[in-house]
Amino acid sequence: MIRFACLLVVGSLVGSPALSAQNATAPTSEAPKPTPTPAPTSVTPAPTPTAPLLTARSLVLELAGAFANDGYKIRDGHWNGKLTPGKPQLIEVNLFAGNEYWISAAGLPPAEKIVMKVFDEAGRAVEMQTYEDGSKCAVGIEPKVSGKYFVQIQLAKGDAADFCLIYSYK
Amino acid sequence: MNVFSTTALLLIGALLPASAKLSKEQMATAVQTESVTIPTPGEFFAAIDKMGRPNWTHAGRSQINADASNRPQIALNLGALVADGYLAVEAHDSQGVKNIGRDIVQLAKKLNVSESVLARGNSINDFAENNDWNALKEELEATQNEVKLTLRDQKDDDLVILISLGAWLRGIQASTQLIAKNFTPPASKLFRQPAVAEYLIAQVDLLPERIRKEELVAKVRGQLGQVKVLIEVPPDQQLTAEQISALHEAVSAAIQDISGKPLLLPIVAPTP
Repeated sequence: MIRFACLLVVGSLVGSPALSAQNATAPTSEAPKPTPTPAPTSVTPAPTPTAPLLTARSLVLELAGAFANDGYKIRDGHWNGKLTPGKPQLIEVNLFAGNEYWISAAGLPPAEKIVMKVFDEAGRAVEMQTYEDGSKCAVGIEPKVSGKYFVQIQLAKGDAADFCLIYSYK
Repeated sequence: MNVFSTTALLLIGALLPASAKLSKEQMATAVQTESVTIPTPGEFFAAIDKMGRPNWTHAGRSQINADASNRPQIALNLGALVADGYLAVEAHDSQGVKNIGRDIVQLAKKLNVSESVLARGNSINDFAENNDWNALKEELEATQNEVKLTLRDQKDDDLVILISLGAWLRGIQASTQLIAKNFTPPASKLFRQPAVAEYLIAQVDLLPERIRKEELVAKVRGQLGQVKVLIEVPPDQQLTAEQISALHEAVSAAIQDISGKPLLLPIVAPTP
């Protein structure tokens, strides 16, 4: 359970007919304690077409690194693309019961706030832990049923921007 | 300063369910990408591990065929080898990991991607030397991705899905072997992966005709269809012991065809 979330949680187990707690719960382990992150230096990205994607990936790897400190293995694979206001995007993942997962995403400026949700194969929202920090966010789930899940990512504030999504497991 | 503490005020929810339900139309728009949608053998084995710490040494192969001749067969074998690497890591078999790392490089050479994986092979060796099992899991996935990336760069995209397919089949084969011997309902639920089989089938069906009609690819495609039927159970159900055995037979037949030589499993003698 996320330690600080206990104090600051705004919404918890909000009653919803769509809630599918039988299929997934939030990871029960304590939230990882990230290592200090060095202040960003003023690096000018190389003017190549792939530079924004690489930066979005480095941002999300920085976030996922926090979970790696708690024993989560970061998958090398990633999904990137462009988020635009009012157009959520979905990706299909296959998760295993018994494993704990943190799915992390980050967007580049001008994205200001990104949010994610996870749904089971019937389209029902699953119970999850959330961490949101502007254009970076993560959701933690512990599936009770192995199979297909959908991760929805959307731009809640800001303008169209590149994003990158990865996930970690343990 | 701790990232989480400095941003704690920005946390807006925990154990927070979303309010909406996805429609079938929305779900149909979901992106499927091989690098995220298909789980790694490492993820699968991590879940199996939690079901009672199986003896992974029983699932290893003592002789792995690195003599494959045509490119689709090499790609399928390469994927299966990566899964073998994860198995050796689970079994904490340092020498086994090194041997598999060497075989991966050997097969990769046949696909002209040895340069890019050579450094990875060396890293695998170093991590195995130091028994750094966690790093090895990440390195194995990175190695597999490096091979796929190079294949894409050299316009060999068609082989990429075959690597994933080989890895998935070998992971299922090894795991069913362990679970069949020590069956538990929770462990059998982990084999419920119809969406993975569906995705792999769809991708194989998209391959160019010259690859799809290769004898081995066509045969494995047929076996994959059988495997999908076996693992397609409703979310609230699990595979029976008989279904696990049938699944093991089906994937073993595929791996035998991929390997090109009969596999006598279990090959590795149990450790005392």
